[in-house]
Amino acid sequence: MANLKVLKNRIASVKSTRKITKAMQMVAAAKLRRAQEAAEMSRPYTERFNAVMAGLAASAGGEGSPKLLSGTGSDNVHLLVVMTSERGLCGGFNGNIAKNAKAHAAKLLAAGKTVKIVTVGKKGRDSMKRDLGDHFIAHVDLSEVKRIGYDNAQDIARDVLGRFDAAEFDVATIFYAKFQNVVTQIPTAQQIIPFEAPEGAEADDSTLYDYEPSEEAILADLLPRAVATQIFAALLENGASEQGARMSAMDNATRNAGEMIDKLTIQYNRSRQAVITNELIEIISGAEAL
Amino acid sequence: MADFKFDLVSPERRLAQMDATEVQIPGADGDMTAMADHAPTITTLRPGILTVTHAGGVEDYVVSGGFAEITGTGVSVLAEKAFPKSEATAEQMEKLVADATVAFEAAKASGNGADEADMVRNAMVEVAAAVA
Repeated sequence: MANLKVLKNRIASVKSTRKITKAMQMVAAAKLRRAQEAAEMSRPYTERFNAVMAGLAASAGGEGSPKLLSGTGSDNVHLLVVMTSERGLCGGFNGNIAKNAKAHAAKLLAAGKTVKIVTVGKKGRDSMKRDLGDHFIAHVDLSEVKRIGYDNAQDIARDVLGRFDAAEFDVATIFYAKFQNVVTQIPTAQQIIPFEAPEGAEADDSTLYDYEPSEEAILADLLPRAVATQIFAALLENGASEQGARMSAMDNATRNAGEMIDKLTIQYNRSRQAVITNELIEIISGAEAL
Repeated sequence: MADFKFDLVSPERRLAQMDATEVQIPGADGDMTAMADHAPTITTLRPGILTVTHAGGVEDYVVSGGFAEITGTGVSVLAEKAFPKSEATAEQMEKLVADATVAFEAAKASGNGADEADMVRNAMVEVAAAVA
């Protein structure tokens, strides 16, 4: 009988787990829609911005251009900005980003470069600190932030630019997951300093622009903003990816829980039947013995 | 008057997309008004009020940081902060002025770009006064 009781409890507990994962999946689905909308809204800005930046960088680059564009002249110290989520239970999302960043770091270290790591999001911090604790320099906490805004990206950009001005690093790369669809998120590394136009940003050089105040002044004004813009775009992509990953992870969990319940129920019914059969045998053999 | 396309976007949303006849832009070197067939120009923005005139009337927006891209057929304004002037509140403006002041103090302390930051701060104070 004890066995039956245990089984019954097991079933009840898996059932409540299924309820929780189901609820989490639905919450993630709702959040995913909002995150996708936010990413959608920012797209006109990012696209125009990158197109203009690509044009400017192509024409104003060269001798004497700002360091943010041409680099410091060396590439010995690399800053890796690893962006992950604040919460777990989202499948391989954080693990994949961290793995990508670690592989990148390992390659740089093998080439004799210095690596510095800044993390955004608690999950990545834990993972990066465990393996590359010596290189860890700072963490940006977004756990209090309900909705990612441009201000958050600006704060991160300001921190990164401050370190760049203080000559703490030569090259900065951000790591995040690009949202493809609910089941696929692509871990991506993107260099933000020196400025590199993201893929797909086409400069239309058909128009010759007048620049006010001057091409150089505009470039100097826009380069720091480009860093913030790229970080913002990455944060939004990451937000959508996180919810997508959580949604599919929770969907799997719900399905697994369902299978487990079926299996346990069959087991429960079998052992209940066995107990009944046993009792019958006892009664019948008792009666026969008389 | 000929119409042209006008776009105002901030990183977080698209604020306006319409056909306009005239757009007054607070450029870094001074206000400029763009109309159809304007020479292609890119200008950075100072904090200020952007005025759009279109068939249905006139609209004012508070913009700060970013740039405007003017071509013969359209104007795109990419502003880091932008909202309709009618939605601006005193607290919001105070915060923007405070932020600009903090940025100015920081720039002064680092001895880097203090003049620009000062200009931004002054422009911000002016905008705040205009909104209030």
